[in-house]
Amino acid sequence: MLEHYLPAASTYASDIDGLVNLIFWIVGVWFVLCQVVFFYFIIKFRRKPGVKAQYITGEEKEQKRWISIPHALVLICDVFIVYGAVTVWVDIKQTLPEPEESTPVRVIGQQWAWTFVHAGPDGLLDTPDDIETVDELRIQVNHKYRYQLESEDVLHNFSIPVFRLKQDAIPGRVIEGWFEATQTGTFDVQCAEICGIGHGIMAARIVIEPAADHAAWMSENAPRTVLAATTP
Amino acid sequence: MAEHAGEAAHGHDGHHEMSFWSKYVFSTDHKIIGMQYMFTGMAMALIGGFMAYVFRMQLAFPGEAVPGFGGVSPADYNSLITNHGTIMIFWVAMPVLIAGFGNFLIPLMIGCDDMVFPKINRLSYQIFLLSAIVLIVSFFVQGGGFGGAWTAYPPLSAKAEYSLTPLGSTLWLVAVALEFVAFLLGGINFVTTTMNSRAPGMKMYDIPMVIWMIVVASILFMASVGPLIAGAVMLFMDQNVGTGFFDPGKGGDPILWQHLFWFFGHPEVYVVLLPAMGIVADIMTVFSRKKLFAYRTVLYTVFGTGVLSFTVWAHHQFIAGVDPRMAHIFTITTLLISVPIAEMCFVYIATLYGGSIQLSTPMLWALAFLAEFLIGGVTGIFLGASGADVYFHDTYFVLAHFHYTFFPIAIIGVFAGITYWFPKMFGRHLSEFWGKVHFWGTIVAFNCIFIPLFMLGAAGQHRRIYNYNHFPDLATPELQRLRVIATSALLVMLAFQAVFLINFFYSLFKGKKAEKNPYNANTLEWTAASPPPHGNWAELPRVYRGPYEYSHPDRDTDYWPQNEPN
Ligand SMILES: [Cu+2]
Ligand SMILES: [Cu+2]
Repeated sequence: MLEHYLPAASTYASDIDGLVNLIFWIVGVWFVLCQVVFFYFIIKFRRKPGVKAQYITGEEKEQKRWISIPHALVLICDVFIVYGAVTVWVDIKQTLPEPEESTPVRVIGQQWAWTFVHAGPDGLLDTPDDIETVDELRIQVNHKYRYQLESEDVLHNFSIPVFRLKQDAIPGRVIEGWFEATQTGTFDVQCAEICGIGHGIMAARIVIEPAADHAAWMSENAPRTVLAATTP
Repeated sequence: MAEHAGEAAHGHDGHHEMSFWSKYVFSTDHKIIGMQYMFTGMAMALIGGFMAYVFRMQLAFPGEAVPGFGGVSPADYNSLITNHGTIMIFWVAMPVLIAGFGNFLIPLMIGCDDMVFPKINRLSYQIFLLSAIVLIVSFFVQGGGFGGAWTAYPPLSAKAEYSLTPLGSTLWLVAVALEFVAFLLGGINFVTTTMNSRAPGMKMYDIPMVIWMIVVASILFMASVGPLIAGAVMLFMDQNVGTGFFDPGKGGDPILWQHLFWFFGHPEVYVVLLPAMGIVADIMTVFSRKKLFAYRTVLYTVFGTGVLSFTVWAHHQFIAGVDPRMAHIFTITTLLISVPIAEMCFVYIATLYGGSIQLSTPMLWALAFLAEFLIGGVTGIFLGASGADVYFHDTYFVLAHFHYTFFPIAIIGVFAGITYWFPKMFGRHLSEFWGKVHFWGTIVAFNCIFIPLFMLGAAGQHRRIYNYNHFPDLATPELQRLRVIATSALLVMLAFQAVFLINFFYSLFKGKKAEKNPYNANTLEWTAASPPPHGNWAELPRVYRGPYEYSHPDRDTDYWPQNEPN
């Protein structure tokens, strides 16, 4: 369903899309079935002169079956959905990549802008070569990132629809998560939690580029002090 | 106690010469209080509908002046969406469904002359009216109305420097708290009256489903609102006294509010859903001349839903920063609650089987409730499944989903109830023809509003944004076209409400006179005069059987009133 509207640009985007499709088909079948029976009854049992309605209590065993069998089937469908939901969830929210195979990035929400602290060439935060940008996040494709999400003031929500990523930012806490882009391009970053009158302008962009381009960007934008210290 | 009620209401004005004020304004008669709630709710619905009109116009035609309002600033926009949600839930759905129908129907359907605490009942409405006035005043104070969404998450709601509405946020909070007090008083009355004042012979399984549902809803409300009132007091102190219950800088925690809010907020869905489902059950049985399928199963299902509804609240907080392991528990409970709700839908469909269905206006509304609510129900599964909610959270998919539950509840269910009981309430009939015009206009337009919003949500459109031009991926012509369709459909739907209002007020004075029991229904309210006098019956009825004995094989007629000995 979702691929129809926007690209799936992270490793877990397709997992979420798969889960959405699974739910779509399960509930879709139930929905169509219910509506068909419902409208069939309405048409079939329209009032006709001289025809009296049937007297059915629904309290007898063989009548109750009409409710208890669908009841059990719904429960079974729920099990499948729970299984799918939990698997996807564990992968996205409970599994963090190892530090060696991923790069950290700090994401800070404040009224009403996003600040991104990129680790720079050394791949470590809080070192002199960190690159700070406002409303633009630059990452390398096919590479794992661990984000550290913070807020300066109120709640915000770090949301990248093409990644299917959403996470609230809470003042006083650092929330960790991860993503890995699977295609290059420039996409929206949203704040998906109301944060005051500027909530509607709290937009950023994410630029996903090939490794070489990303390295070039980093060396171009490394803080001047760092450049002065490292270039002879 | 009920006798005492009659006396108190008659008071010093003597028995028949009551002034306008004591009859309609300071009355303790349950029917008048029910009407007061209903008319206040309808007036608030007009305000809430106007707000929807303004912000939908801004979304379809961003930046252009809205006729009747003018330019919409970001602050206006936030305040409009916040108060639209607040009004429609707390000042429309609650007063009309629970207080309006509850007050009018409970004594009439269980066969007594009034509520057991008539003066508390009157106080309840007066506090409710005060709360509505406080809310309306909050739009006009300096800084404007509160704009932190109806969920009022701190720190945004807790500090004026963040919200920029120093007075608006406090007045909003006070209004909501007062409204809760009003409904606590009402709830006490509903539960006590139903348990103590039933007509002789009316056993637990003889109570009409709509009354059961209002009672269970009242219990759910009373059991869930306590923590939120405590939360409201803490938020009030954070706003005005400088405490830091929700301020991490002072050792507080903003997430605490979310737990308190949703511990109330999710049962609240069922607080308004159940009365609407009850109304639908009663109408469906009457217009299909059928016994309600498996009455006891329905009742146990209602209890089960009620209990389960206390265990699902954190599905609103999957990605709010709570421990991610918690999501599993709440995914399971949330999907579990789909079982009793699905079961209720099955029961309602089964009730139609073998019926003699007459598609009168109330019946059309009742059937539409089920057809539309099913969409709300199945789309909820996407949001209850943690893994999928990561994407859908805070998108228009959520918005469309809950409008597919709340619109059937607060609008379709209410129209079903009003068109059904109108003859009893006012002693006259509504026009069937104009009722059907209103029905089709409303239902078709409703779907044209919210199906595009499902699509926008799937495309990643997030909520509470006054102008999507700041988001290149969302500012495409295709998505803008969907926004314009939704807004146009809203205009059509609002226009059709004029049909209802004209039909309503014309029929109030000029409609065809109604008999005691125009639908050949079984329940007790149809044995009282239309409209019922003060005290309801000259002689209180006795009950001999359940409410749904339609088309009984031993009878020549296809109904068997609850009060007939044989
Ligand atoms: Cu925001
Ligand atoms: Cu909920």
